[in-house]
Amino acid sequence: MFFKTYSMPILLLVLLCLSVVALTIGRYPIPIGDVLSIVVTTPPNASHLSSDAPWVIVEIVRLPRVLLVVLSGMGLALAGACMQGVFRNPLVGPEVVGVSSGASFGGVLAIILGWTSWGIVVMAFGFGASALVVAFVLAKFSGKASILGIVLSGVIISSFFGALMGVAQYFADPQTKLPGIIYWLMGSFAEATYEKVSIMSLVMLCAGGLLIALRWRINLLSLGESDATSLGINVHFLRWSIVALVSLIVAAQVSVSGGVGWVGLVIPHFARMLTGAEHTKLLPVSALMGGIYLLMMDTLARTLTPQEIPIGLITALIGTPIFAVVFWKMQGKGWSHE
Amino acid sequence: MNNAICFENLGFTYTHETWVFRHCNAMIEKGSVFAILGPNGRGKTTLLKALLKLHKPSEGSLEVHGKIAFVPQLFSVTFAYTVLDMVLMGRASKIGLFSQPSAKDRTIALASLERFGLAHLAHHSFDELSGGQRQLVIITRALVAEADILVLDEPTSALDMKNQALVLSWIHRLSKEDGLTIVFTTHHPHHALAVSDNALLMIDEASFAYGKSQEVLNEANLLALYGVPLKHVIFEFENETVESFVPVFKK
Repeated sequence: MFFKTYSMPILLLVLLCLSVVALTIGRYPIPIGDVLSIVVTTPPNASHLSSDAPWVIVEIVRLPRVLLVVLSGMGLALAGACMQGVFRNPLVGPEVVGVSSGASFGGVLAIILGWTSWGIVVMAFGFGASALVVAFVLAKFSGKASILGIVLSGVIISSFFGALMGVAQYFADPQTKLPGIIYWLMGSFAEATYEKVSIMSLVMLCAGGLLIALRWRINLLSLGESDATSLGINVHFLRWSIVALVSLIVAAQVSVSGGVGWVGLVIPHFARMLTGAEHTKLLPVSALMGGIYLLMMDTLARTLTPQEIPIGLITALIGTPIFAVVFWKMQGKGWSHE
Repeated sequence: MNNAICFENLGFTYTHETWVFRHCNAMIEKGSVFAILGPNGRGKTTLLKALLKLHKPSEGSLEVHGKIAFVPQLFSVTFAYTVLDMVLMGRASKIGLFSQPSAKDRTIALASLERFGLAHLAHHSFDELSGGQRQLVIITRALVAEADILVLDEPTSALDMKNQALVLSWIHRLSKEDGLTIVFTTHHPHHALAVSDNALLMIDEASFAYGKSQEVLNEANLLALYGVPLKHVIFEFENETVESFVPVFKK
């Protein structure tokens, strides 16, 4: 009960503490006092002597990475909670519309074309956004503006971009391009920069902020189309608005870090155990838990072995057994029926 | 204007080849209870959806004077929302797009639950309630929308006898005490006879019986409606004359 009442400040505190811990550990451990002093005393846009190793590690390597991981985790979990509510389905993740497949293909294409990290970001985001437009057009032309229409469009788009990715990998140079593509598809925050943090922050501020503002309306959408309509809301407009906002977050996340699955599917279930199903409380708690979860996974990914493990692998490898145990224990708590 | 709802020559078709119904006429007085009866697939729910403007009529005219709230058939929700969460959703049209329910909304919802004797269940999960309680919660949700007209789709289906009586008594009370206009569909002629002022019998796609419930609900019309004989019975119960219909099922 105590945790339920104060879940937001507690989770915020946990996230802050974990972020500080994540800045201290790694191949080059830095004492917590030094980390805090570097973070607190460094003004924005500061440049520093590159010979000051602790400063470079904290400010240039770890801080942007921690910020990007937290923002991505928050975005994915928020997106997953929204989609599960809108689609009234516990097995739905933020990638259901096919946006992450589109964004992944965009990234793969950029790597094949030999483009830099900015090229990957732009291509991934662009293809992710195009996948959303195609999903909208397909659902519209199929005459099924319903949830089924969106899901079917998502399946078609995911399969199509999946096939394109297969073709791209088949023709990619196995010596110079293929390893990069495979590594990127498995997801990594190793190349985090403040520019990427800015992109993710902007998307989270706009799309994430709007989703949080619309959180009570997701309760209405979760009742189903005819009941929600009878309550006087424009179901189609609201549903597509939420799908579009979620897609922007997913496209941004894939473009800055490659594919990171599982977070958007799993975290909302944990959050529901804490706060209940009501989306006004669920969405902010999901976001915070997503940030915490992904930060823990990323810290493990870069510290468990001498060579970094791709984050997509670790979220699946560690996330699935945890999810299985928790789901078995909670026995569908937060969900009324199958 | 004494009519809450008025429709003339109303018709609806999905395919433009076969009609669900057409040439349907009725006037529903403000503050009255109006029952719609018909066999499965005759278009009762389609007619309700037309009244709710969820379906556009294919022909005819439809006038609705006042705000409508809808009570769907008994259902369960995907998420384990509390009773209070469910009732608050009835305030959707009063709450801004980016807003959350206010303290005033909560007060209204709790007062409404109190009236139905459900306040003690406010923080219980909606799906843990009995069918009758769930139906009352959904009626409460419709009431907090501050509507003038309440439209209920088979409000007593899937309920046991006690809960059927409970829901019917509330239909009667809301009409008499609150002056609400109530439209409901039912498969039970005796329910319509007990609480409705007027009734519409959807016999086939273009044949209707419409009028005062006491007159239009008779053995001949009900035989035409269901193809099963129903015996009209009148008896004394606790010093009151009670009328009902008993279906005659032959082996």
